Amino acid sequence: AWAGPAATAAVDYKTATGGTGGPMVNQLNLQAPATQIAADIYSLHTLMMVIIMVIFVAVFGVMFYSIFKHRKSLGHKAATFHESTAVEIAWTVVPFLIVIGMALPATKTVVAMKDTSNADITIKATGMQWKWGYDYLKGEGEGISFLSNLSTPRSQVGQPGEAPTEQRGENYLMEVDNEVVVPVGKKIRIVTTANDVIHAWMIPAFGVKQDAIPGFVRDTWFKAEYTGTFRGNCAELCGKEHAFMPIVVRVVTAEEYTAWVNGKKKEMAALADDPNKTWTIDELKTKGEKVYTANCAVCHQANGKGVPNAFAALDGSAIVTGPKAEQIKVLLHGQKTGKFPSEMPAWKQLSDTDIAAVITYTRNTWSNKPAENIVQPAEVVAARK
Amino acid sequence: MSTHDHAHDHAHGGHAHDDHAHDHPHGLSRWLFATNHKDIGTLYMWFSFIMLLSGGVLALMIRTELFKPGLQFFQPEFFNQLTTMHGLVMVFGAIMPAFVGFANWMIPLQIGASDMAFARMNNFSFWLLPPAAILLAGSFFVPGGATAAGWTLYAPLSTQMGIGMDMGIFAMHIMGASSIMGSINIIVTILNMRAPGMTLMKMPMFCWTWLITAYLLIAVMPVLAGAITMTLTDRHFGTSFFNAAGGGDPVMYQHIFWFFGHPEVYIMILPAFGIVSQIIPAFSRKQLFGYASMVYATASIAILSFIVWAHHMFTTGMPVTSQLFFMYATMLISVPTGVKVFNWIATMWKGSMTFETPMLFSVGFIFVFTMGGFTGLMLAVTPVDIQLQDTYYVVAHFHYVLVAGSLFALFAGFYYWAPKWTGHMVNETMGKAHFWLSLITFNITFFPMHFLGLAGMPRRYADYQAQFTDFNSIATIGAFGFGLSQAFFLFAVVLPTIRGGKKAEAKPWEGAEGLEWTVPSPAPFHTFETPPTVK
Amino acid sequence: MSSNNAAAPYYFVPGPSKWPMFAGISLLVTMTGASAWVNDASWGMAVCLVGIAMTLAVLYSWFGDAIAESEKGLYSHRIDLSYRWSMGWFIFSEVMFFGAFFGALYYARSITFPWLADLDHKLIWPDFSGVWTNGVGPAGTVESYTPVEAFGIPTLNTALLLASGMTLTISHHALQAANRAKAITWLAVTVLLGATFMGFQAYEYMHAYSDLNLKLTSGIYGSTFYLLTGFHGFHVTMGAIMLAVVLYRLIRGDMSAEHHFAFEGAAWYWHFVDVVWLGLYVVVYWM
Ligand code: HEA
Ligand code: HEA
Ligand code: HEC
Ligand code: CUA
Ligand SMILES: [Cu+2]
Repeated sequence: AWAGPAATAAVDYKTATGGTGGPMVNQLNLQAPATQIAADIYSLHTLMMVIIMVIFVAVFGVMFYSIFKHRKSLGHKAATFHESTAVEIAWTVVPFLIVIGMALPATKTVVAMKDTSNADITIKATGMQWKWGYDYLKGEGEGISFLSNLSTPRSQVGQPGEAPTEQRGENYLMEVDNEVVVPVGKKIRIVTTANDVIHAWMIPAFGVKQDAIPGFVRDTWFKAEYTGTFRGNCAELCGKEHAFMPIVVRVVTAEEYTAWVNGKKKEMAALADDPNKTWTIDELKTKGEKVYTANCAVCHQANGKGVPNAFAALDGSAIVTGPKAEQIKVLLHGQKTGKFPSEMPAWKQLSDTDIAAVITYTRNTWSNKPAENIVQPAEVVAARK
Repeated sequence: MSTHDHAHDHAHGGHAHDDHAHDHPHGLSRWLFATNHKDIGTLYMWFSFIMLLSGGVLALMIRTELFKPGLQFFQPEFFNQLTTMHGLVMVFGAIMPAFVGFANWMIPLQIGASDMAFARMNNFSFWLLPPAAILLAGSFFVPGGATAAGWTLYAPLSTQMGIGMDMGIFAMHIMGASSIMGSINIIVTILNMRAPGMTLMKMPMFCWTWLITAYLLIAVMPVLAGAITMTLTDRHFGTSFFNAAGGGDPVMYQHIFWFFGHPEVYIMILPAFGIVSQIIPAFSRKQLFGYASMVYATASIAILSFIVWAHHMFTTGMPVTSQLFFMYATMLISVPTGVKVFNWIATMWKGSMTFETPMLFSVGFIFVFTMGGFTGLMLAVTPVDIQLQDTYYVVAHFHYVLVAGSLFALFAGFYYWAPKWTGHMVNETMGKAHFWLSLITFNITFFPMHFLGLAGMPRRYADYQAQFTDFNSIATIGAFGFGLSQAFFLFAVVLPTIRGGKKAEAKPWEGAEGLEWTVPSPAPFHTFETPPTVK
Repeated sequence: MSSNNAAAPYYFVPGPSKWPMFAGISLLVTMTGASAWVNDASWGMAVCLVGIAMTLAVLYSWFGDAIAESEKGLYSHRIDLSYRWSMGWFIFSEVMFFGAFFGALYYARSITFPWLADLDHKLIWPDFSGVWTNGVGPAGTVESYTPVEAFGIPTLNTALLLASGMTLTISHHALQAANRAKAITWLAVTVLLGATFMGFQAYEYMHAYSDLNLKLTSGIYGSTFYLLTGFHGFHVTMGAIMLAVVLYRLIRGDMSAEHHFAFEGAAWYWHFVDVVWLGLYVVVYWM
């Protein structure tokens, strides 16, 4: 059962509810609520379950009674009645009233769910094929921004015809490299949008699910009552890796949050590097390989061969082996030639160093040996203008 | 209305001058060039059964992949094609044509008409389906594979696919044309060709439900055609209907699609209601309770079905007023549906019931469909839907109404009318075995999906969190059981009944009523050439 | 009304016919070709056009059969009624088809545009004004264009279509009064007016493409403009062809004063096309 929200000191979700923040083995009901809204949904569901069970038992009680008593084999003779205005009115009006009884509490929750005003922190979640990007827009932590990728290794997933080589972890398909971190007991507004197709941002324990629609912004909110880690998935079909773009939110105390923000800002500053620094080709290749594995390999594959008729090959590609300016442009603005069913997304959100590194990596790997084989971050900075 | 005498008059086109007694076309051309409503009905039914098996094989492939977490058999992009094509094949290939087949066979017999109003167009409606099926099946083999955007073909994912998507779109255009022509035929037949004395309010319920269904079809199939035409132009001609950069809106696609899509799901259930409304009275040996209110309830469901579509879109972020409106309207539908359920039970009440296979399937239908209806009501409540949208709870909901609803009603109808079609009684033992096998394996397959959905397992997932393993494994085992039960249906029920069996009388069921039972079994090639008079 | 064909069977049911299946095969060819064509396969266009030609050939033979049956007097009053019902419901399905596009126009204009321009969306489209005809989509990727002026060709076209509705009615009355020559004349005028309409429409498209820079790719404005007017134009063409066939049959001497459903069906269709135009004129050109 669900214990009421904690008023003062932060309470750990697991201790309070026994939940894990994700699904549990053989779970029969909704996940233990971690927000007031989820709790409302939980009790709405319970209320309706009870009403429905009562109707079900009553209706089918009558039916089975009839089935057992009014059989020809028992010698039951058929009655001749075939209408009755009174009962027909009754069984129209009564369900109508029941339905109203269900709709009233639901209305209150709908209105509450929609009220995204007065948020403490606003975070933009951008769905992309197939990862999430987060930008802290307002409130403590403003300016933080990162990409969040599935961190379950492919060696746990396996391939058709190829058994997984690694034991599956407890959070299989529900773990990411960069978690969203938010403080407990604060109203968090999530603004969703997308770069390519529709995705949906969902955390079941929060009772939150909001489509992320390309070119539009939509919003939703939650206020976690407990600390803990909460896990959800992309809930709108978005192409081949739809099952592999989870969402993880870590709810921490206010102090921990401040510490996280400071750490993250430092990290970002470090990441931003000095765009004027000149890198060696090996530095760029090493860094580029990581960027490639995290961002590009889903489509272009680790071997650079792409997927025939779906994703361009980078191994031997004219763009990767031609003038580098072209490739910088492709990375910054994407490409859609119509030769492939999907398109190359723009990668503006990567840092200049990352872009330079991944280009350098692709230009010096597999069979690629172009004349212009190194791109420095400064060149990306210049191309951005 | 018509005053002139119709004692003698009937003729058959090319055979007008032939000897009347044997103007019965033979061989392959009987089927290819058919204009006889019974032959066309048979064609429809074989087609839809083959589609059911094909869609079922796709479903079994889905379930095989989902037996365990991880990617065992298929790449995720192929898995998405399986899901999409399973939905399309089942909805447009199996369930809808099956009901049209029933309409073709039974409506003229039930209203005392000699044939459908437009016999050639009737055949055309049928002959549009195989080309559509070929396009759909062929799309698996083109570069990029079949469309993988879900049966709902949401933009802008649908603008990313390859040529398979275009083949899917054109296939749906063709099937839409088929449905529109079929519906016009049915409406005109019912309105214009009833035997003298057969007033609308004396018409069998199956005809009533189909009349209303046909209106729904004519109203919404063109809207679907419009939606996918916009997808096509967005894909190839640079329009921006569903692209925000040019001022369009992906959510607009969803509005147009579901304006079609929601009435579509009632298109798949109203004729099922009709079939059940014929069978329950027959085996209760008691007249249908509340005939008039059944008609009004059917009409109310149809009308309401036009104003509930956005309940599929609660998570797109609609304004709160729209969410509330669509929630209330959707919940209202349970009132007329409830009236139908109560009427069936009141028909059974104090009857003199026997439980031959058609009755078993009908009672099974009421029982399991209601469970699906209740989960639908759960989903109608916006907050609960936001929690459950795009999870396996929805998958459970719609398989309860579609498989245990539409499909079970189709089975019930088959057992009820097969004697009329084939001239042979169905082997009761085999029929009952089919019923119990189907009922049990159906619930093993789909009941656990409720739990999966509640716990948060998203649909259209090629791989899932390990916590969901057990229920998924059970569902997969159930699916194979359900599949085998249908193979059993084909080999132990359908084929043996066509080949032989106990000869059926004109009216094989004691309590059955209606004109279809006044003609011999099997129904002769031509029936009611002279309209009967109904008192 | 009573039947003019006392000798006709109660309800004529045609015998086996190969046309439906051939039509199905033709459409398979057409659609296979179309799928390939839109994906720029070299053989697509040829196959698609062959398919269309096959379809037309089949329909020609099919309608030929039906006309022959009708002329043989096999169609009773009841069949006449069937045709009336079916034409009515067919037109209703067409109304719903246009409804999808009118709905798209309404939705884009009254819901999407204000939405994309609201405060929240400044996050993505900081400069979008949300004015319907200002010529650019929010991304600024749409080249600017000039909308078509309502008071030029469109008004003229409205007059043409309205006039054609009147001439068609005159022709119908003449036919009912058994004045065949008059009926033929006014029907010919109707077809001509329809053809003129199409000519103007074609001119307007060329003008829009070359002078106004209004194209299919001009964002949602261009999309709805061309699909609505385009499908309407296609329907006008269909209607004009139907009327032309009726005209040919009238000249051949097919139809009688009492029995001419082909005429009436085509006329209903023409009026429907007319009404759609009025809707277009108001919401596409005017507003
Ligand atoms: C045969 C098809 C069929 C039928 C009949 C129904 C019937 C209903 N459906 Fe279902 N539905 C589908 C097929 C169908 N549905 C499909 C295919 C989808 C998914 C599409 C997709 O996304 O792919 C879907 C999805 C779907 C959703 C969206 C879920 C989501 O994606 O988030 C919703 C939400 O409101 C919904 C609601 C309902 C309701 C309220 C009914 C009602 O009509 C049910 C009414 C019946 C009863 C309630 C039971 C009997 C009544 C009584 C015994 C009376 C007493 C009862 C009370 C007073 C409570 N359906
Ligand atoms: C319309 C009716 C209909 C029917 C009858 C079914 C029948 C079945 N459906 Fe499906 N289903 C849908 C409509 C239907 N479905 C729709 C609309 C979707 C949504 C698609 C989407 O998300 O876009 C869906 C989605 C769907 C999913 C979710 C996929 C996902 O989200 O990724 C699953 C998963 O288990 C599933 C399973 C099944 C199973 C096991 C059956 C079983 O009932 C099938 C039973 C099996 C058989 C009937 C096969 C029997 C044949 C043989 C055993 C071979 C014999 C061979 C010979 C005799 C030669 N269906
Ligand atoms: C969502 C899938 C996807 C991801 C992720 C992706 N790409 Fe691409 N990429 C494509 C597609 C599709 C094309 C082909 C586009 C076209 O030509 O229309 C492409 C094309 C390219 C090209 C041009 C190749 C040519 O010969 O035309 C380059 C270079 C490239 N991608 C590099 C990258 C890099 C580097 C990354 C990671 C930072 C990346 N891509 C991530 C899908 C993707
Ligand atoms: Cu992103 Cu599904
Ligand atoms: Cu619905």
